Amino acid sequence: MPITIHLPNVLAKLADGQRTVEADGATVGAAVGEVSARFPALRPRLVDDAGNPYPFVTYYLNDEDIRFTGGFDALVRDGDEVTVVPAVAGG
Amino acid sequence: MTTIAPRPAAAAESGGHPAPPLDPPRTLSTPRLASGAGALRALALACRECDAAFEAGPIAICENCLAPVEPVYDPDRSLPDRDAIASRPTSLWRYREWLPFTGTPTLSLDSGWTPLVEAPALARALGVERAWVKNDSVSHPSLSFKDRVVAMAINAARAFGLDTLACASTGNLANAVAAHAARAGVPAWIFIPHDLELGKVIGTLVFGARVVRVRGTYDDVNRLCAQIADRFGWGIANVNLRSYYGEGSKTVAFEIVEQLGWRFPTAVVAPMAGGSLVTKLRKGFAEFRGAGLAAGGPLPRLYGAQAAGCGPIARLVQSRGDRLVPEVPNTIARSLAIGNPADGSLAARTIHETGGWAAAVSDEAIVRGIRVLAETTGIFTETAGGTTVAAALELARSGRLAPSDEVVLCITGHGLKTVEAVAPTLTDTPTIGPRVREVEALVREI
Repeated sequence: MPITIHLPNVLAKLADGQRTVEADGATVGAAVGEVSARFPALRPRLVDDAGNPYPFVTYYLNDEDIRFTGGFDALVRDGDEVTVVPAVAGG
Repeated sequence: MTTIAPRPAAAAESGGHPAPPLDPPRTLSTPRLASGAGALRALALACRECDAAFEAGPIAICENCLAPVEPVYDPDRSLPDRDAIASRPTSLWRYREWLPFTGTPTLSLDSGWTPLVEAPALARALGVERAWVKNDSVSHPSLSFKDRVVAMAINAARAFGLDTLACASTGNLANAVAAHAARAGVPAWIFIPHDLELGKVIGTLVFGARVVRVRGTYDDVNRLCAQIADRFGWGIANVNLRSYYGEGSKTVAFEIVEQLGWRFPTAVVAPMAGGSLVTKLRKGFAEFRGAGLAAGGPLPRLYGAQAAGCGPIARLVQSRGDRLVPEVPNTIARSLAIGNPADGSLAARTIHETGGWAAAVSDEAIVRGIRVLAETTGIFTETAGGTTVAAALELARSGRLAPSDEVVLCITGHGLKTVEAVAPTLTDTPTIGPRVREVEALVREI
């Protein structure tokens, strides 16, 4: 059973126009890696050369910022949702 | 007013179905901001990290690397000299060559040019040579420095023909967007944390804005607005218009230089929420240095102020690290309560590059800061201003500010917005009958 990854609008064109893609993996990092393998143009937008998330891109696992829950090592379960949000706003 | 939970993606996109075809931000059928757009044009954009170029538009992030994009200024454009600037109307548009448009702006023409108030008693409290307050608590129309950035955003919205202005806000931006939109005659959608201070909610609703409380912190509100940014054809001031919006903060630096007689102070203390203000202060000072408008001396050292209950940028500065650790906010300084600041890492780097530092102060110190500023300058500021004053006192106490320093404190919002913070610390007021002897009794008690 896959999880769902929500992409920001600007990246959808790199995933066949989809803002929502399904992914497999035991962790957030593994799921992101699996999606990156299917859509290679996404990879450098989602992770840096070392495979880590960029500081200006935030990943949410079911609405929780993964930096509070283990980062890319955070475990995922079937049906979970990961949302990718570029950090853009200040209050 | 409506309260919702921050889950638009889950609500709109769950089920694994492909999203609808992607459209660029669009103009709706009756683009009210587009009317009379005249010759105003927004500048093209470039990525701050990878230099990718983009046409002018309501975009804030690079599609190559997701880093922020910024306006590109023509290095060969004609720049005014001091006399030319001084002869212009007293608003932030007197610096229009450094703002992200060509042509004539038509909205929010009176924002900016707030007082720079010398504060000798505050200088004594800080133990510095001289001190000034850059008093954006009297900014117009909405009593915070957010008027500066919204003046940019609403003109950008007009340039792009976007029909609605919106924002994610900790309060001051909500007030500013609602006020600027009201006088421009355009609808506003305002997204705020559900538990925002009453003064900031009322100071938004009164302008007729559609206010939506989101259950969660500002960071949840921010995420929600990032996710809806290009769904409704809106100009979201601090999201898809952020590239233009942020440039308005530079005018704080421009005004400080001009109001000091075309020179730099040695140090500036500013509050940090998303971190943008500090970075734009440095950019503004550097641009005036580059234009030959500011005399002598190095660029000011920049000091950042945050609350201990939400101080991710201050802690990054103090640790000299390179990766910001987000926090869950817990402070009375709600306008600074951004646990995941978008410009945090850049702000920390900027502070270090200028030789500055940062302080994170307790809520008790913030309230004392409000009182100190009021009692030494006659200026009533909100919690963000109290944070700035408290941080300046801490920086002075720890030797980061020197006795020879000439310091400007950026006071960014008015105290009537957050009366809840300071009210419990104020003495009760006596109630008497309309009789002279009762006044005499009170006077004798003192």
